[in-house]
Amino acid sequence: MQHAPTADAALETSTGLDNRKLLMWLFLASECLFFGSLIAAYLLYRNQSIGAPCPSDCVIDGVTHEGLFDIPFTSVSAFVLLMSSVSMVLALAAIQRADQRGMRVWLATTALLGMLFISGQAFEFTEFHREGLSLSSNLFGTTFFVLTGFHGAHVTVGVLILLSLLVMAFRGRLNQAQSLHVELAGLYWHFVDVVWIVIFTLVYLIQP
Amino acid sequence: MTLADYRGTKEGREEAVRHPPAAHAPGERAHPGPVEYIKIGAALFIVTMIEVAVYYIDALDDVLVPILLALSALKFSLVVMWFMHLRFDNRMFSTMFVGGLILAGAVFVVVLATFGAGLV
Repeated sequence: MQHAPTADAALETSTGLDNRKLLMWLFLASECLFFGSLIAAYLLYRNQSIGAPCPSDCVIDGVTHEGLFDIPFTSVSAFVLLMSSVSMVLALAAIQRADQRGMRVWLATTALLGMLFISGQAFEFTEFHREGLSLSSNLFGTTFFVLTGFHGAHVTVGVLILLSLLVMAFRGRLNQAQSLHVELAGLYWHFVDVVWIVIFTLVYLIQP
Repeated sequence: MTLADYRGTKEGREEAVRHPPAAHAPGERAHPGPVEYIKIGAALFIVTMIEVAVYYIDALDDVLVPILLALSALKFSLVVMWFMHLRFDNRMFSTMFVGGLILAGAVFVVVLATFGAGLV
């Protein structure tokens, strides 16, 4: 497929590349450090709690506590976010071939899947809180909620961006010439997805 | 008048017709089409199912961590290379992102090594 002949490409920069896209990649590189630090902090402290609850089954002061994580539920959440990446890239492909209807459908699908993921996270947080886990209950709770909470906040921002694009599309202010807007939103969305791929494996699947 | 305003004018549109912009930025290749994206999506789904299945197979407990890390790296690469187009776009984008990843990986390893923690 050919790139859309965007007016943006006419911009002359010293690199020959669009500075907005360059800036987005620079931002995503800095986000790697942000999430890398949060994941490292989680792995460092998750086994050092002196009180329940724990991520997986644990024994504290001779008492066995059942683990909190619900892997089947989180797998579905991970699947939802992965599929939202597919719909996001299909929205970009649609606008690049001037398919307005396709772009709107796929953008709306991505936003809906994002909201479904956030709902799942809200449900999970509520369940964990009911089990006694909070930001201040133990080191596992602090690092877990900070890490997944920041990720959830990123997903929320992504949904807001998608909804803004959808409004622009319905007002006729998002056409093939502005496909870079969708591409930049897509880069952000896919990044949020790859961060969850890492969190799902390191936090949920690999247990102490 | 901003560049965006100029593009919206009659003169701006005529200028775009006279001097159409390049189809690709320097060092870039054509992005894949919807069929390929759906194939990658199917691959991601299958790899996720394998991840979850491996998690429940007790016989694989000894090699669980390397298998899960490899599968996770595979998913990460598929999304970054195809959906984020690093495979097709200018290499400067890859350099910037991989630079950030390496820096993050270094911080990750140093923090865990300093405090004697591990993945399990």
